[in-house]
Amino acid sequence: MAKVLMKGCEAIAEAAVRAGCRFFAGYPITPQNEIPEYLSWRLPEVGGVFVQGESEVASVNMVYGAAASGCRAMTSSSGPGISLKAEGISYLAGTGLPAVIVNISRGGPGLGSIQPAQQDYLQATKALGHGGFRAMVFAPATLQEAVDLTYNAWDYAERDRNPVMILMDGCLGAIMELVEFPEMKDPDRLGTKAWDLNRHEGDTRSARLLSPYFPEAILELKNTSQKKMNERWAQNDVQVEEFMTEDAEYIIVAYGISARVSKEAILRLREEGYKVGMIRPITLYPFPKESFRKLNYEQVKGFIDVELAIPAQMHDDIELEVKGRAPIYEYCRSGGLLFDDDGVYAAVKKILDGGAK
Amino acid sequence: MAEYKRPESLKKTPSGFCPGCMHSLATKLIAEVIGEMGQANNCVHIVPVGCSTLNLAYWQGDLLGAAHGRAPAVATGFKRSNPDRLVFAYQGDGDLAAIGLAEIMGAANRGENFTVIFFNNQTYGMTGGQMAPTTLIGQKTTTTRNGRDAETTGYPMKMCELISTLEAPAFVARYALNTPKGCKDAKKAIRKAFEIQMAGKGFTFIELLGNCPTNWGLSPLKTLEYMESNTIPYFVPGVYKDKYKDEVK
Ligand SMILES: Cc1ncc(C[n+]2csc(CCOP(=O)(O)OP(=O)(O)O)c2C)c(N)n1
Ligand code: SF4
Ligand SMILES: [Mg+2]
Repeated sequence: MAKVLMKGCEAIAEAAVRAGCRFFAGYPITPQNEIPEYLSWRLPEVGGVFVQGESEVASVNMVYGAAASGCRAMTSSSGPGISLKAEGISYLAGTGLPAVIVNISRGGPGLGSIQPAQQDYLQATKALGHGGFRAMVFAPATLQEAVDLTYNAWDYAERDRNPVMILMDGCLGAIMELVEFPEMKDPDRLGTKAWDLNRHEGDTRSARLLSPYFPEAILELKNTSQKKMNERWAQNDVQVEEFMTEDAEYIIVAYGISARVSKEAILRLREEGYKVGMIRPITLYPFPKESFRKLNYEQVKGFIDVELAIPAQMHDDIELEVKGRAPIYEYCRSGGLLFDDDGVYAAVKKILDGGAK
Repeated sequence: MAEYKRPESLKKTPSGFCPGCMHSLATKLIAEVIGEMGQANNCVHIVPVGCSTLNLAYWQGDLLGAAHGRAPAVATGFKRSNPDRLVFAYQGDGDLAAIGLAEIMGAANRGENFTVIFFNNQTYGMTGGQMAPTTLIGQKTTTTRNGRDAETTGYPMKMCELISTLEAPAFVARYALNTPKGCKDAKKAIRKAFEIQMAGKGFTFIELLGNCPTNWGLSPLKTLEYMESNTIPYFVPGVYKDKYKDEVK
């Protein structure tokens, strides 16, 4: 298929349609409006349903209802709206329903700013809602990656009967890039879903999709199986890009737009002879622990956590693997401010030259 | 002579509702209608949060649990992707008229093609009898010990009246379950609502005035009298909107 020039949000929306998503509900919030806008005409074109909900709370609960019918369903939002979706995301995890939630992230906390930022890493990876569940979190750094990760997101969600999050900053949501779309999946050929409430031929069951568990031991079993699922993810589903880490003395850790900008800086620094590399988590959860464990700590002198968030939110996850064997520096901007052209390059160079505190 | 049978949609287990609670009456009426319409296998019951959640143990048939107040949103998602199923949500007054106000008004205003049955017992039964948006002025609850005071808590919310101001809803009506006639009329209206839904003709809303003997602190028999002299004069039963008066019988 030919490549098309597309905006980040729209690329995600089209990728969802290609993946067989036929239900979307959402509520306007910048910087993700192009997703609902695109799907408002695109979904009806392929026989799908678009609903503009009365709130993010309602929208995510509509997605919950659609998912219960076996339909591939999605909602999208940004910071303030993702907080409101926490209830529904927890119910998806509690009931065991697959859905894709897209967060095109902006500055926070509170109303924060509508400008791009990466302020939602902790929310996404630690607690997308109450009750101690986890979701897989994918963080694209290019629009092609956004397309591919969105396209595959339901395969994980349905395998695990658990929500999946795509976490992409407002920069990538707004830029335009050439992307190639995978083929259209036919929702009717995705097979019957074990969980859906529809009666199938010869089916005499009455189906129930609920999140209250009774007695208590059943809920403990559910919690235990979620724990095992999280462990399986760590074993099998980590996606990471290790860029020039083999001989690196300093390793940048960055995802999304920050990783893109860092890559440019690394290439410049390499030309000047600095041995710099990067670990770019593509799955923010499960976190790519192995990439840190396998490093030679005789060789690695330090890490630089580069994020559009202050304080850096990945820091603790990095520290858990580095275990004090090397210092972790931070180079961050926030509030909707981006890195200057030379920002990452200059900041990292300063650290490498021993100028860092 | 007609044989009186347990409706297909109710299990042969005790309901779990308190003795004399009209939740069991209301769910029985709904189950009877579903059985009479031959919809037991086609119907999806959206179960919200409240004493209505006790239906989990009692209801036979497909169930979809919803978060507190969100049943109309969940029903929207389900019904839109499954237009042929008979979908209804059975919500309490705290669930629908407080935390779920946005969801019920949104769904009603979009004219979603499902049915909401609203059980109004003027209190939060499940959590132990706190004030609900529907609690009557002067009514004592655990959070209004001296009776509901309009000065600080406003007035009981009339959902049929509110919803019937919207253009989209097809059928909006209220019945009281404290008399056999009220029950009969309610059952007829539930059937009508389901028929409107199955004909794809839009949003239907049936309010059932009920009791909560446990938290009202009255014997079941006394609640009937209480309803007659307090509840019914304020929440006046009747048809508030009927778009298809002459079409659907
Ligand atoms: C988000 C949330 N808030 C509060 C509760 C606690 N809660 C459970 S049932 C209920 C009240 C239900 O009252 P109503 O809808 O009137 O139903 P009833 O029990 O009276 O039939 C509340 C507040 C909850 N489950 N979820
Ligand atoms: S607490 Fe009240 S509403 Fe709940 S089952 Fe008992 S009597 Fe019915
Ligand atoms: Mg109540």
